[in-house]
Amino acid sequence: MNPVNYLYLAALLFTIGATGVLIRRNAIVIFMCVELMLNACNLAFVTFSRMHGNLDGQIIAFFTMVVAAAEVVVGLAIIVTIFRSRHSASVDDAGLLKL
Amino acid sequence: MENLIGTLVLVPLLGAGVLLCGGRRLDRAGHWIGTFAAALSFVIGVVLFADMLGRSGEDRELAATVFSWVPVGGFRADVGFQLDQLSMTFVLLITGVGSLIHLYSVGYMAHDERRRRFFGYLNLFLAAMLLLVLADNYLLLYVGWEGVGLASYLLIGFWQHKPSAATAAKKAFLVNRVGDMGLSIAIMLMFTTFGTFAFGPVLENADKAGEGRLTAIGLLLLLAACGKSAQVPLQSWLGDAMEGPTPVSALIHAATMVTAGVYLITRSGAIFDGAPDAQTAVVTVGAVTLLFGAIVGCAKDDIKKALAGSTMSQIGYMVLAAGLGPIGYPFAIMHLVTHGFFKAGLFLGAGSVMHAMNDEVDMRRYGGLRRYMPITFVTFGLGYLAIIGFPGLSGFFSKDKIIEAAFAKGGTEGWILGGAALLGAAITAYYMTRVMLLTFFGEKRWQPAPSPEEPGAEPAAETRGEGRMPHPHESPKVMTIPMIVLAAGSVLAGGLFSLNDAFLTWLEPVTGHEEGHSPVTAVQVTTATLVVLFVGVALAWAQYGRRPVPVTAPPGSLPVRIARRDLLQDDINHIVLVRGGEHLTRSLVYVDHTLVDGVVNGTAAAVGGLSGRMRRLQNGFARSYAVSMFGGAAVLIAATLLMRAV
Repeated sequence: MNPVNYLYLAALLFTIGATGVLIRRNAIVIFMCVELMLNACNLAFVTFSRMHGNLDGQIIAFFTMVVAAAEVVVGLAIIVTIFRSRHSASVDDAGLLKL
Repeated sequence: MENLIGTLVLVPLLGAGVLLCGGRRLDRAGHWIGTFAAALSFVIGVVLFADMLGRSGEDRELAATVFSWVPVGGFRADVGFQLDQLSMTFVLLITGVGSLIHLYSVGYMAHDERRRRFFGYLNLFLAAMLLLVLADNYLLLYVGWEGVGLASYLLIGFWQHKPSAATAAKKAFLVNRVGDMGLSIAIMLMFTTFGTFAFGPVLENADKAGEGRLTAIGLLLLLAACGKSAQVPLQSWLGDAMEGPTPVSALIHAATMVTAGVYLITRSGAIFDGAPDAQTAVVTVGAVTLLFGAIVGCAKDDIKKALAGSTMSQIGYMVLAAGLGPIGYPFAIMHLVTHGFFKAGLFLGAGSVMHAMNDEVDMRRYGGLRRYMPITFVTFGLGYLAIIGFPGLSGFFSKDKIIEAAFAKGGTEGWILGGAALLGAAITAYYMTRVMLLTFFGEKRWQPAPSPEEPGAEPAAETRGEGRMPHPHESPKVMTIPMIVLAAGSVLAGGLFSLNDAFLTWLEPVTGHEEGHSPVTAVQVTTATLVVLFVGVALAWAQYGRRPVPVTAPPGSLPVRIARRDLLQDDINHIVLVRGGEHLTRSLVYVDHTLVDGVVNGTAAAVGGLSGRMRRLQNGFARSYAVSMFGGAAVLIAATLLMRAV
């Protein structure tokens, strides 16, 4: 199978993720969309690694996974705290820092 | 002996310190402490004088360096004293007349609750004035110069509860500041020219400096002298300075401080000798001022202001003489000393009269006082005869010499200066006779005391009785004794000085002396002086002696009204300086507001407006920030791709 198809898939996933980040209000959903974008990138990296015949892309994919895991921990902690204090996970409600 | 010089300054300085810091517990004895300090200083002066007389003319000069004041690299400023014949003359005049006036003030200020402070200021003045004449360099002289200015300010404004006194003090201080600026710039110029400002090196090397430099220094020194000695164009403060207590007018604004300018010019003789243009400026200032002061003196009804005009005029004589160079220096100083005696005596007499007349100063409300105040009348009368130059009294000898010296200048200049001096002598005779006639002769023109709303120096309880008539009485002994001593000085000093040219021989090692080539003989000058003297007295007699004097001044013709307004000195200052300054500041403020503030405020407004709009972007919706991030990333990627493509 032509590896370029994977790139199309990655682009599609990324777009879905980005659209989700931009249009959804629920923080958890936005978070999942961010994960979707990260994994789209991973897919693209792995695909490029395959296409170019070296391991750089796969190594970067591992790095991305590690970073994503750390980010999930911190991000979820923030979201849970916000939810506890505000009883809502809507990102539009958390606008206290604006002028 | 050298060590004693410092104590001359130190004693009154300590007196001032004790009196001003001692607090109220010294209130009862303060005046005697002050008088004692002045007298002690005088005794030290006399001891030094006796010691100086014991040595021959050339090595009479004493010098003492007390400590190094500002040693910075090549710059050295020492606190050092120099006592030569010129300084000695001043020391004796300052401490002698100063002690007498301290004594007089004990009586004059007896009812003032701030008397201790008054004596503290007087002692401070003595210390500063002695520092001025004893300094051996211009920088230390400047310290004394500022010190007397400060003391003068404090004493003019001594009755600070009167707004007029406070204003007069401020005026004196400000006008003096203009002159002081001249002195400080002159000292800086000296330092750049000679590398030092000690009298010795500066004056010895004066002929080596260029004439332009010397002229500049000379003119700046003249500016300084004009400020301190109330010479035209910086004369306007002296008349108002009469708001101070009368002993202050006698000591500071007649006998000593105002002559500091003459001292400065005489001391800097070598500089002026090398700068004929500066000398011409000096004699011009002197001649103009001697007429200016005399004319103002004629028009004033306030006895102290008439005497102030006279002081200005007499100092004009001294400055004129000092500007003539070595022909005139000794006579300038001689007139200064005799003037110190008779003018201090006249002022003390005026103070005595005011004391007796409920602090009335208008001479038109005096009259006939000679029967009530015989001692004041006689002492004032002797001072009067001395100042108009009656033969045999002090003023005759000193003024006559100055007129002679003015003629001896030679050429047209000599005739003009001599003529001005003669004319001044006539006017002097006129206005002093007027003062004399208005005060002591004629019928009584006394008026009831000023009503209580007039803020007088006397306690209100006494003056409350509406229409209290004055009861003139002779002043207490503590006031009359100084007047008698000064009157004796006014009678004798001139004759003693002229005996065998004693004063000339005394001062010659310091100031030098040369005989001028006069186009007229001494006898002719003396005759002319006596003739104008007689004319002046006769005119005054015809106007004020023969017929009764109105109590309120007649409106007078235009010239009289101008003279009453001090020849428009304040109006001219107001128009030229105050209005000019106002216009300058207004235009500067306008430029500041429109241009400078416009740029600054415009920038601020632009930034503010822009930020106000930019702020809308921060709307608090995380998703809109996400949009901008995506947009930004998209733009970056697009730009990168575009660059690649190109």
